[in-house]
Amino acid sequence: MEVLAKISEALQRGDEKTVSTLTKQALDSQVPPREILDNGLVAGMDVVGRQFAEHAIFLPEVLMAARAMYAGLDLVKPLMEGEDIPSAGKIVLGTVQGDLHDIGKNLVGIMLRGAGMEVVDLGKDVPAERFVETAASEDADLIGMSALLTTTAPVMQEVIDLLRERNLQGKIRTIIGGAPVTDRFAEKIGADAYAFDAARAVEVVKQMVSGDQ
Amino acid sequence: MRPRLQLLEDGLIQRIVDEAVSLLGTLGVEVQNEAVLSLLADHGARIDLGSQRAFFQEGLIQTCLERAPSAFKLYDVPGNETNDFCGNKVHYTPGSAALNVLDYETKRIRKPVTADYITYAKIMSQLEHIASQSTAFIPSDVHENISDSYRLFLSLLYCEKPVVTGAFTIESFAIMKDLQMAVRGSEEALKEKPLTVFSCCPTSPLKWSGVTSQNVVDCAQYAIPVEFISMPLAGFIAPVTLTGSLIQHTAETLSGIVISQTANPGTPVLYGGSPAIFDVRFETTPMGAVETMMIDCAYNEIGKHLGLPTQAYISLSDAKQLDAQAGLESSMGATLAALSGINNISGSGMLDFESCISLEKLVLDNEICGMTFRLLEGIEPREDFPALPHFQELLKEGYLIIAEHTRKYLREEHLFPGPSIDRANRPRWEQEGSTTLEERAHREIEKYLEGYQPSRIDGDAARELVGLMEGEARRHGMDQLPEREA
Repeated sequence: MEVLAKISEALQRGDEKTVSTLTKQALDSQVPPREILDNGLVAGMDVVGRQFAEHAIFLPEVLMAARAMYAGLDLVKPLMEGEDIPSAGKIVLGTVQGDLHDIGKNLVGIMLRGAGMEVVDLGKDVPAERFVETAASEDADLIGMSALLTTTAPVMQEVIDLLRERNLQGKIRTIIGGAPVTDRFAEKIGADAYAFDAARAVEVVKQMVSGDQ
Repeated sequence: MRPRLQLLEDGLIQRIVDEAVSLLGTLGVEVQNEAVLSLLADHGARIDLGSQRAFFQEGLIQTCLERAPSAFKLYDVPGNETNDFCGNKVHYTPGSAALNVLDYETKRIRKPVTADYITYAKIMSQLEHIASQSTAFIPSDVHENISDSYRLFLSLLYCEKPVVTGAFTIESFAIMKDLQMAVRGSEEALKEKPLTVFSCCPTSPLKWSGVTSQNVVDCAQYAIPVEFISMPLAGFIAPVTLTGSLIQHTAETLSGIVISQTANPGTPVLYGGSPAIFDVRFETTPMGAVETMMIDCAYNEIGKHLGLPTQAYISLSDAKQLDAQAGLESSMGATLAALSGINNISGSGMLDFESCISLEKLVLDNEICGMTFRLLEGIEPREDFPALPHFQELLKEGYLIIAEHTRKYLREEHLFPGPSIDRANRPRWEQEGSTTLEERAHREIEKYLEGYQPSRIDGDAARELVGLMEGEARRHGMDQLPEREA
């Protein structure tokens, strides 16, 4: 369908306005919301994802495309009640206590928001207790923790221990990242996932929220 | 502002030129070719037939300099402009005539064959930052008498880019000219759109062999551009000082210009060279030495002062493997050459005193060349004034990664080299296989070979090339040429 191809193209260009206009047009012409979602918006994001992986486009374009996708998604979502809509999820994010380095964590936040996720950013120097309490009260799917110093990375262990103590492990899952952190460290402390950069964090979080991981 | 490197003061340039002119008038230059001596005599040079020396007075040199074009262009096989040798415009080309190839699998050198050359030509056709190809190495599976023309033949058949080349004998010039004529269709068309540059090398000190002086004259006859490759070796067959070597280089190059411009005024030339210091510890001629590069960049300034486009063998390395030395010497050379504005920068792909080509290094060098082009663009304001709106946005949003200003100028301001150059963080690099630079470059070669698009050379021209080359091979006792893939 021509309008769906146009939605996909506008999305790939990061043209939020056109995606919104075309989505409205499509809905007015009785195109089923599901079709708009699958064959317009998601199809466009698939192309963007492939281009990003091939280094044909870069972060700014991905973020603009994601923003454009949500311009369309906000219009079709209310019309799809009861249908299986992929949930982007909610994450509580922060740099662990004792660590004031937050550039990497901020980039992860930007990217996750760009991918449509609800992000509760606790900032830097965040104590373990605060991560867990906020995640519980916000009913978050995930806790994302970042550290730059080897001395602060052990705080991640405290968060995971707290989740275990309060029987929240499994319900609230954890993802960690930062220079001193590795996949082996994640495994050792019982974190559910690890990502080596922000783009990878988005991929992993998407899989975790959709239940693929 | 384009960044510039300058090594010589104007006063020193003039003193070097004056000294070189004086040498050509008093000591002259040996030319081991009677026909060329006779040509020079016809144009006012004093000749001593006994010692085969030609002596040039300042007036003759000046006239010849005035005749030589200050700029010229090269065109690819289909006829599109690719190189504009003018002002400080910079173009890269691989090094020339290596005897060995560094084998990726064995990490050892071996004699290259036709298949290697075709692989090279296919890679060259896709390297974005290297404008021309060169006849970079010598296939060992043909008779040595055709090894020069055979390289040009393969280059013209498989890659569209113009070719920096050269003849090893007087006789092979004819076939190498005919191969070009087959592509262009006529002498006039070739003159209008030059397809090759011939490297012609005087022999230090102050000598032209019978072959190379004849090559200069033959090229001039067909207006085929020539690059003069004077090779003083500082401390061995040239004065140990860089200034002394520059005087010698200037004298030898000026003598080439006189031969070329008396043979055919207006023939395009590049004021080039491949000088080096002589490393007395190892008895070698390091192309990666900083002093070698300084001589190169300095004679470029002399060439520009004389009003000529320039060339140098400078972006190459003496390392034996694709290691840190290979990268640092090549990038130092490429960077200095680019900052100097050398018009034709030769050397990509080369190792081991230019005796060995590494195709993986060629891929890396392409990325280095790209970085130097970015350097030459310099720092220009791009909607940076007033700065207030950008910083207001930054403070409000917390980042500028999707700001309009970022999206508009990201690709102009930042270059993204790779995949030879690695910028992933360590975990990502590990997850992607913990590859070495050489492995990444090799993977890229595999992609180039898969993505190769055959040359758009006209079918009749291609058949004529094959016919000419087969005839030349037969003339030298080879019944057939080595098998070639499509």
